[in-house]
Amino acid sequence: MERRDFIKVTGAGMGAMFLPVTGNIVTAAELLDKPMDVAVKKQLADIALNAAKSAGATYADARIGRYLNQFITTREKVVNNVVNTESAGIGIRVIANGTWGFASTSNMSPDSIAKTARQAVAIAKANSKFQIEPVKLAPVKSVGEVSWKTPVKKNAFEIPVKEKADMLLEVNNAAMSNGASYITSIFFLVNEQKYFASTDGSYIDQDVHRLWAPFFASAVGKSGFKQRTSLGNPVGMGFEYLDGKKEDKIYVQGANVGYNNSYDMIEDATNAGKELQKKLKAKSVKPGKYDLVLDPAHLMLTIHESVGHPLELDRVLGYEANFAGTSFATLDKWRTKKFQYGSDIVNLFADKNQEYSLGCVGYDDEGVKTKEWDLVKNGILVNYQATRDQVHMIDQNESHGCCYSQSWRDVQFQRMPNVSLRPNEKEDLSADDIIKDVEKGIYIAGRGSFSIDQQRYNFQFGGQLFYEIKDGKIVDQIEDVAYQSNTQEFWNSCVKLAGKSDYRVGGSFFDGKGQPPQVSAVSHGCPTTRFNNINVLNTKRKV
Amino acid sequence: MSILTEKEAKAILKKVLAFSKADECECNLNGQLSGNVRYARNTVTTAGEISDLTLVVQSSFGKKTGVATINEFDDASLEKVVRRSEELAKLAPENPEFMPILEPQKYIKTNTFFKSTADISPEYRAKAADDGITPSKKNKLVASGFLNDNYNMAAIMNSKGLFAYNVGTSVNFSATIRTEDGKGSGWVTRDYSDVKYLNTAKASKIAIDKSLNSVDAKELEPGKYTVILEPAASVQLLQNMVGNMGQRTADEGRSFLSYKAKDGEKNAPKNKLGEKMFDERVNIYTDPAHPDVPVAPFAGDGFPRTKMHWVKKGKIENMPNSQYWAKKTGTEYKPGGGQFIMDGGNKSLEDMIKDTRRGILVTRLWYIRQLDPQTLLYTGLTRDGTFFIENGEIKYPIKNFRFNESPIVMLNNIEEMGKPVRINGNMVPPMKVRDFTFSSLSDAV
Repeated sequence: MERRDFIKVTGAGMGAMFLPVTGNIVTAAELLDKPMDVAVKKQLADIALNAAKSAGATYADARIGRYLNQFITTREKVVNNVVNTESAGIGIRVIANGTWGFASTSNMSPDSIAKTARQAVAIAKANSKFQIEPVKLAPVKSVGEVSWKTPVKKNAFEIPVKEKADMLLEVNNAAMSNGASYITSIFFLVNEQKYFASTDGSYIDQDVHRLWAPFFASAVGKSGFKQRTSLGNPVGMGFEYLDGKKEDKIYVQGANVGYNNSYDMIEDATNAGKELQKKLKAKSVKPGKYDLVLDPAHLMLTIHESVGHPLELDRVLGYEANFAGTSFATLDKWRTKKFQYGSDIVNLFADKNQEYSLGCVGYDDEGVKTKEWDLVKNGILVNYQATRDQVHMIDQNESHGCCYSQSWRDVQFQRMPNVSLRPNEKEDLSADDIIKDVEKGIYIAGRGSFSIDQQRYNFQFGGQLFYEIKDGKIVDQIEDVAYQSNTQEFWNSCVKLAGKSDYRVGGSFFDGKGQPPQVSAVSHGCPTTRFNNINVLNTKRKV
Repeated sequence: MSILTEKEAKAILKKVLAFSKADECECNLNGQLSGNVRYARNTVTTAGEISDLTLVVQSSFGKKTGVATINEFDDASLEKVVRRSEELAKLAPENPEFMPILEPQKYIKTNTFFKSTADISPEYRAKAADDGITPSKKNKLVASGFLNDNYNMAAIMNSKGLFAYNVGTSVNFSATIRTEDGKGSGWVTRDYSDVKYLNTAKASKIAIDKSLNSVDAKELEPGKYTVILEPAASVQLLQNMVGNMGQRTADEGRSFLSYKAKDGEKNAPKNKLGEKMFDERVNIYTDPAHPDVPVAPFAGDGFPRTKMHWVKKGKIENMPNSQYWAKKTGTEYKPGGGQFIMDGGNKSLEDMIKDTRRGILVTRLWYIRQLDPQTLLYTGLTRDGTFFIENGEIKYPIKNFRFNESPIVMLNNIEEMGKPVRINGNMVPPMKVRDFTFSSLSDAV
């Protein structure tokens, strides 16, 4: 991890968080500069493709990217930081002697681009002596010259900085007036303007927007302190996500408010203050077996860790063995067509085109049109997530469109698409309907501490808010809860799902993978879901 | 031109300051030349080089500050970046926690640069990969790994006349070697400032041996065990603890170092400075001139780094803070150190194993996450080489465990410490610790 690529943000309840940043810091006005002309990008990309082919490449792709970020950080009554960054350049990937090569440059003069393309070919040829099998790409037909845009209603970069900073200060005030002692709140705004061209004949121009508005509040009491982070989601939307519309709120009897396609950040901060005061007085959980009812703002990360990562084909094959690890979901299990990943009501699917999701794009970073496919059907493992060069290893000849790079300067590789749990299609049950049959259980909302082993068997997950359920009713807020399970056992204990009206999409804004590490943003949709007889620990300890 | 000489850096920074119209201006130049190779499934998967030089300009008018950066160095670009930072400063709200830039400082000398490391070539990197791949193939194993080398330059100059300059090098290597059937896995990591100490063949051999020896692991019941934690196993817990020692969060009541006043206690301190919290053999400090883990003799704002104890004889000796918090609380400014050194003993890891009647050897801990910031309780798992020790010998491999434990407990339950080694840029001894809490078993290999 390169230190210069990370901005350190510290604040209430966050410890120290390193935020990945690529590029130069620029003024707000420059973020609104018009993207580079598509005709110019095509010309430059063709220079790269032609130079690569002349140097001996059998395949080449060029990605011309302009990556814009704005981060606004506040704590209590202070605006700590307003950072604008911009990064532009070209990344060129080639196959020569059956081996991948990659090089990138921020200097986009024709000479520099041609030189970088030749360097990529030279690297491919140098590495080819270690190659065991030549790279085999799944075919992709030319899509010609096309474009795609995130359908934003309010471009977050066009909202004045002052307005955004004032909104965060209002959020802080709401939390502090209602019981929080400290709070840090942040806006992360991302715009990827990326152009892809390949020797397959595709020229794809995309304008991708993402937004995340988290806060981290804490309260200090006589016996110690407690923390509560926001329940909003990172999304593939514009500033309209922060409109906090009534119809997007989902209330759970005796517990929290959930947010669907828009987020009331001030309301959530107000609730956080009140809930922090309750947390300080809440009783500690009695360890043992409980039926868990998991809110979508919590379950999304459980899906991410226990389904999303283990079904990445590059992990399964061993490409991530030295860093993130491998996977329990091996090819031999998949080949049986009988591997019971979950109970028969569990249907998990992947996509890169779900509305408002972080993964939503028209085409992936190797020019493959995005789509939806099943990973687990009626509880059975049926597929993985794959790129053009790996999909043949699972006997398929069409890429899933899962290739992504965090910037022009890094090589693209297999990254997780959105991975989601289908809601109950027979009955449109609510969260309250799921809770009402539980005799002894815990309802968990929000994401807390998440830890899982390198093959994704054993996990231990926490949350933000915990409520004891007795005889079908939420009776009390409790604390110090973590649950431990095994991925396959856990998904096989899934007994009841809420319906499509309760389905919500949450996500992870900075998912890390690879060496050198790259981040990506990915969403997970799910309804409120019940899992029976799960081992719950008490995390309170005397030292 | 990513690595500038001191003279070149000074010339650019002087030119930048000459453009400044702000009340205060501070400029940083950061250069980087790095290279890497990655391999998996017994083949090289990616390799690359990065060259970059960035100028950061911070301008202030009163208590309003703006920051801008650029990576072009003609005169027009230099003036543009200064104007940008001034424009942002004028738009920014006043920061009530604003602190003025520093006066010129004096620095100690630290040996952070090694030509051997700066000269690492693509051929060297390819050989490093092959040092794992070829012997792995011979042993019917599957090698994966990563080598990354860095050559860095940092320079700072401000409008009060402060100037500092440093170049440094580092190389990091890690390898995971697994059996073909996935029943065994071994790992190794090494990092140095001077690549002459890195022997990738010897390091890879450790991962190979651990892989072969970890096949058919037996199950032990979860519970409290005496463990020997290799430095790679404890370093992240220690790093997390040192990173949570800040004075401000402690004074605000939000850290394991917050003082809990007793009922009726008057003039109670806000934090646990001076309190004995660990075994009295525990000494943790920063030393920029340490020969094995040298760092630049100045922090990012140009403040001099010096040797400073954070924990001395088990007591909290100093707590890092910001300039603002130091001024507010009437204490000295003590920025964090950029690395930490934990004292140990003289024994090797092998000798420590020989002197252990019954215990568990832990190669590394993985996916470490905080459970409770008040007690620094963490969870995570053992990985890539966990073995049962009996009567001074490694008897057999055991299945991986999940742990739920706090470094505070770990540093109170020390039985013995061995000779510290460099790990992730820090110095950490192997430690024998009693009553380390494993809460469940994992099937992961």
